[in-house]
Formats: sequence, C-alpha cells, structure tokens
Amino acid sequence: MPTLADLVCGQHAEVLAISGPPAFVQRIYELGLLEGERLELIAVAPLGDPIEIRLGNSRLSLRRSEAAHIDVRIIHAP
Amino acid sequence: MAMLTTTLTVALVGNPNTGKSTLFNALSGLRQRVGNYPGVTVEMKKGQFTSDGLTFELVDLPGTYSLAARSPDEMVAVDLLLGRRPEEPRPDVIVSIVDATNLDRHLYLTSQLLDLGVPVVVAVNMIDAAAAQGLTINYEKLSGALGVPVVPIQANNGTGLPQLIRTIRQTAENGKIPQPLEFPVAFNEIIAHITKELSDQVPPVLVRRLLLDVGGYVEHEFVAEHGKRLQQLLTKAREQLAAANCPVPAIEARTRFAWVRNAVAAAVTKPAQRPITWTDRLDAVLTHRLWGTVAFLAVMFVMFQSIFLWAQPLMDQIDAAREWLAQGVEDAMPPGPLRALLVDGVIGGIGSVLVFLPQILILFAFIAILEDCGYMARAAFLMDRIMSRCGLSGKSFIPLLSSVACAIPGIMATRVIENRRDRLATILVAPLMSCSARLPVYVLLIGAFIAKPGSPAWLPGLVLFAMYLIGFTVAPLVALALKRTLLRGAPPVFVMELPSYRRPKLTAILRRMFEAGKAFVIRAGTIILAAMIIVWALLYFPYTDANGESYPERIAQAEEAASANADRLKELHAIEQPTPEQQAELAQLEETASLADKLNGAWKRQSLLGRLGLWMEPVFEPLGWDWKIGVAAMASFPAREVIVGTFGLLYDVGDVDPGLVLDGSDEEGQAKVVSLTRAVQDEWAKDPIRGRYGVPVALSIMVFFALCCQCGATLAVIQRETRSWLWPAFTFVYMTTLAYLGAMLTFQIGRLMVG
Repeated sequence: MPTLADLVCGQHAEVLAISGPPAFVQRIYELGLLEGERLELIAVAPLGDPIEIRLGNSRLSLRRSEAAHIDVRIIHAP
Repeated sequence: MAMLTTTLTVALVGNPNTGKSTLFNALSGLRQRVGNYPGVTVEMKKGQFTSDGLTFELVDLPGTYSLAARSPDEMVAVDLLLGRRPEEPRPDVIVSIVDATNLDRHLYLTSQLLDLGVPVVVAVNMIDAAAAQGLTINYEKLSGALGVPVVPIQANNGTGLPQLIRTIRQTAENGKIPQPLEFPVAFNEIIAHITKELSDQVPPVLVRRLLLDVGGYVEHEFVAEHGKRLQQLLTKAREQLAAANCPVPAIEARTRFAWVRNAVAAAVTKPAQRPITWTDRLDAVLTHRLWGTVAFLAVMFVMFQSIFLWAQPLMDQIDAAREWLAQGVEDAMPPGPLRALLVDGVIGGIGSVLVFLPQILILFAFIAILEDCGYMARAAFLMDRIMSRCGLSGKSFIPLLSSVACAIPGIMATRVIENRRDRLATILVAPLMSCSARLPVYVLLIGAFIAKPGSPAWLPGLVLFAMYLIGFTVAPLVALALKRTLLRGAPPVFVMELPSYRRPKLTAILRRMFEAGKAFVIRAGTIILAAMIIVWALLYFPYTDANGESYPERIAQAEEAASANADRLKELHAIEQPTPEQQAELAQLEETASLADKLNGAWKRQSLLGRLGLWMEPVFEPLGWDWKIGVAAMASFPAREVIVGTFGLLYDVGDVDPGLVLDGSDEEGQAKVVSLTRAVQDEWAKDPIRGRYGVPVALSIMVFFALCCQCGATLAVIQRETRSWLWPAFTFVYMTTLAYLGAMLTFQIGRLMVG
C-alpha cells in the first residue's frame, strides 16, 4: 500500500490509516490529518526531505520517515 | 459569579499563528509584563487594561494545537487554566482565538477548552482574509452550534475589539459554564471507573487527558504519584477502548472533529472551488527545490550583510561613547581604586554589555519579520535535512547561523524551537560557532606568526578559514553527541505547520526588538557586569609593590614625565645625525616614555590573577604557553577580545584596544598593534620553547579561542534562557575541556612537525 512518502509533487491522496508512536499519531490528529481526509503534496525540500502537504487550508511539513507512517490511496482525478 | 471584585482574569488561548499576540498587544497596549514559572522555560505575557471601570488581567498563553501536554512547559498552560498554579488565579473567562480561514482545524482546541469548566468566548480572527477567500460565516449559527458566544474580530486593525470586550464581560457576569463534548458511552464508563480508582478530587478534564494522552505529561505525573497499579489500569482501559472501537487517541480526534465539522457545516459557506491564494503562489516559489534554495540564500545573505553593515558603525559609536565617558571620569576624579573601579570595571563593563545591542536588535528585527510573515517555517523546512544529520531540526538553523555573528542573539533566537531537548542542544553548541569576537584574536596572532615575510600569501587566509571550520565541524559533532547521551529521548515529532504568508506589522517588529534588547540588558547585563568587575579586581589588587609604593601613582607620574618630554623626544627623533650626547638623551627619554607601560606590566604580573597564572604555569605547559598567555586567556573570561588588551599590558606596551587590530585606518592604533606584535615576537624569541615553536604556540592559542567559552555574556544568556546555572556551567566546562585538549593536540603535533 502506498504511503504519504510515496507521493510525487502535485499528487492528491486520501488518508487511509495512521500508525507510529503515540505522540506522533496524536499530533497528526491534532493538526487535522485524520483517516478519510484528502491532501495534496505541494513541495519537496531541496535534499528530498521533508515534504510539504496541503490539507484544506493548512500546510504541513513532515519528514519522509514520518510520512511513511501514513497509508494513503492515491487519487488520480481529484 | 465572582463579580464582587473589579478585576477579571482572562486567558488567551489559540493555535500558533492565529494572531493571538496581535490581539494581546492590541488589548493591553504597553502595560505588559512577563510571568516566569519555576522549572519551565516558557514565559507567559501578562497585560492589563480597563474598560467601563472594570480591570481586565490578560494572560497570553503560548500557542498550542491541543491541551494534550507532553512536557512540563506545555503543562503550565493547562495547570494555569485549571487554577492549579498557586501563583496565578484561575481565569474567569477563556478567550479561544481561531483563524477564520481555518475553522475546521482551529475549533479542535476550542472543543478541548469547553472541558475545563470555565466560561469560553470564541474570537474569530482574520475575517478579512476569510472574506477574500470567499468564505461567508454566520456567527450566530456558529455560536449556536458551539454553545458559546462568538465574536468576529480583525486583531491587526482593532475591528470587533469593543464587542469582544463587552462579550467577555457579559460572559463573566452570567458565568455560564460550557457543555463539554459528548464522548461515546464506552469511553464515559471507563472514565468513571478510573475516576473512582483515583479516589481523590481530580478535575474531570485531567482524567480524560490521563486516559487519552498515551505517554503524556499527565500520565507521567499521575503514575509517579499513584504507582504502577495506575499504569496497569490505564493499559487495560486502553485495550478495552480499542476493543470497543474507541481506540486512543483516535477517539478524541474523531469525536471532536465530527463536532467541529457539524458546527462549520451549519455556519460557514465555502466557495465550490477553493480559490488560489497568495500563499499558494508564494509557496510555489519559496519552497521550490531550486528557486526556494536561491531565495533562502538571498535572504540569509541580506540578513548577514545587514548585521555586519549596520551593527558595526553602531558598535563603534558605543565604544567611542564608552571611551569618552571613561576619559571624563578619569579627568574629573583623583586616581585611586575607586576611579579605576568606575573606569575599568563599571564603565568598561556596561560598555561591553551595550556593545552587543546593535547585533541583537538587528537580528531580532529580521527574526520578527521572518516569523511574522511566515517565512521562518519555510526556512526550517528547507534546512531540515541538513540539520537532521546532527540530530537537530531545521528550526536550529537560523539560531546557529546567527551565532556566526554572535552567539548571544543566536541563543536568544532558539526560542522558536519548541522541542526542549533540541533547543538545549542548539543553545549548548551555539557558542562553538566562530563569532566575530574571535576575529581580533585570530588576526593578531596570524599577523604576528603566520603572515611573515617569505611565507606563502595564501597561508594567513587558509589559517583563518581553518579556524572558522573548527566551529562548523565541532558544533554539529557535539550536538550529535549531546543528542545521543545527555539529551537523549524519544524522537520529537517534526510535523510542522507552514502558516499562511502575512504582511508583517511594524509595531510588532519594534516590540520584539525592544523586548529582546531589554531582556538582554537587564538580565544578562547584570551578570556580565559582575564578571567584569571581578576580573578587573583580580588584575587590580594588590596595587602596591614590594616597597609599598602604589603602582597607579607611579604610573601616573611616569605618564606625566613622558608627556612633558614628548616634544623634546619628537625633536630628537627628527635629527638625522644625532651627536653622541643627543643619542644618550634620546635613549634616556625613550626609557622614560616606556616606563609607564613597564610599570603597568610589573603591576599586572604581581596582581592576584598574575600570581594565579604563575602558579598555574604547569597547567599551561602542555599547550606550549607560558604563564603570561595563561593569564591573558584567564583574564579574557568576560569577553574573548579582552585577551588583546591583556597581552598589551603583560608585554609592557600598554592597553591595546582589540578594535584597532581590525581597523587599518587608524595610524596611531596600527602603530600600537605593530608594537604589541613585535613585543610578543621578541619575548617569544628569547624563550627556548616559544622561540623555536612560535607557530605551533600561536596556533594552539587560536584553537583554544576557537573552542573555549571565554564569554561571560554568552554564559549569562544561557543562564537566562535555560533558567538554570547548570547549563552555563556545563557549557563552560565542556568547551574549556575541548579547547584545552584541542590546543594541546595542536601544539604537540606542531612541535613534532617543526622537529
């Protein structure tokens, strides 16, 4: 299953499942990143890490190691 | 409720970048103070204003996404809201400030605030940005859905603030406690069970946090108090919840966001197509792999250039003012310990504090602009990968880079780092970055021992570069070592919000500059001043020689005699072929002229610090140093560049202003620097070790100064920022150890290479 770390710039996806350390999962939730939410990968930092996503009207930066905890379904025609 | 008093305590709570500080400043104006709490590094601002005879006490809590506290710093806010801090009254009203363009996410925190049992008012900020995005918000419906009053405001121009104040007042007067959110039945049953087990009076919201925040602060605190049994109870309760399809912590997010979504659906009309915002357009460039990097480098270049370009003239003026004042006091007072204390201790000390101000103010102007406009988070985003190599995050980049100019504003800039361990690691390695105060030391020694006639022209530049490189390589290594040992812990969450771009506000920038400057001068300044006075005293006492004659008096006489003879000396110098009598007179007058400097040297050599240096000479020996170098290094404790002046005193050429080493335009000053260089060279030439190994000794001193923490101001700022004497002490010890070992290695290897 693809994770958030597998997206390329401009791709949209739907969040399916979030795993990882409790502090991470809780923070992700607090920032509104829940199962079922849709997001878009909008930028990748110069050295390939971290990545920037847009989620509604918020933008978040995540390290790839963190993004790998988030399973997604890629949406090809948003 | 508590309407007998005429003071209302109001807490401001909101996510970061909601305009919370703007609202706080708009309401409280200039009547602000900072509240500190023992054991934590957070500061909370408090302000006061009066409206219709009622005094409002405002508390500005640090921006947060949630009440799920994971550290003592985060717990302070929760405790304060619950009235669990003995030094603070429980707030009468909580103002939950939310961003109108992002209600979907911001109302999550609002929903947690409803659990606290305190009346809540929601202030919806940035209504103009919402309108620009085509959002229409029905505030009455929103208020109905949330069950608390809602006031639309625009904090940066004051729109809606009178209405907000009236609403806060009304809410306090009717004292309506909001209804907490309904959680699933399975969850409530388990909460009831845990509450019974705890047996004593615990606020219901803390029981919720105890269950929901796995590994959170409340759990740590309660398990420490109630023992392992509670831990087992919690684990079992969470297993039961997971089995009942209410997994922790997802259950909280699901419940609250479902509630938020309903409220937003009832009150907000969004355009069918999300409009392209300025933030979208800017981010397309500023976080772009190539253009983002180019823009970042340009921003950093402008920042640095400004610090050097604008700070230097101001620093020179502060120096000039200090000299002018010192001269004035010297002229007005009779010589003696009191005058020396005022001139060298107090005025010198205050001068050495104030001289940092231009750099601090300029850097903080930049930091305020970068933070307020939203770029700071982008800079952290761009630099995160590089910084992750040494166990830190992108947020440490600007503080460390700033430390190349000066560690003090760099350390103060670490406040942007929320993670306590990352922040500490950054603070502890910031003084390793090669700051501008090291430059006079490098230039003096390179000029004296490296840039000799006959040596290659590129050598001095290479040595200077190597000195900077020491800081750039050692700092990340130490950071990595600290993160693996002393500051080890669960990896922090690096997820970071990139806020929308916003136009920075001039008053907010000026306020930040003022606060940074004030904090430095008042808190750090007093400690620096004390360090300066102590070192001054160690170099001043005793001030009589073996015959009981006073050095300062003899120096004053010698100076008088020298200035009386100055014209005659010039005349003699002008004679091209002097007669033997004239030659003898010249030699005698020259001796008179240098007598004051010699006396000064003799005085410092027998001062307390001089004697300590002599006694400690065996310690300096492995570094290739004699006791004079050791004394100069020790005397430079308040500030590195002081070593130049102390060298001047100890090598009998009088006090030398370190600024002169770098300033080629001042002829008289250059002459003084040249004579110091020559004095050091001559004296070392007479010595078997330093005569033969001059270059390794010079390098050893430079390496020592590259790594040491001979900077009282830095230590004082570390104390201020960490609120503990442990960390400055640790910094001083580890850096001095590194410096000693580095210098020893340099000298010993150099000695072998020279042969």
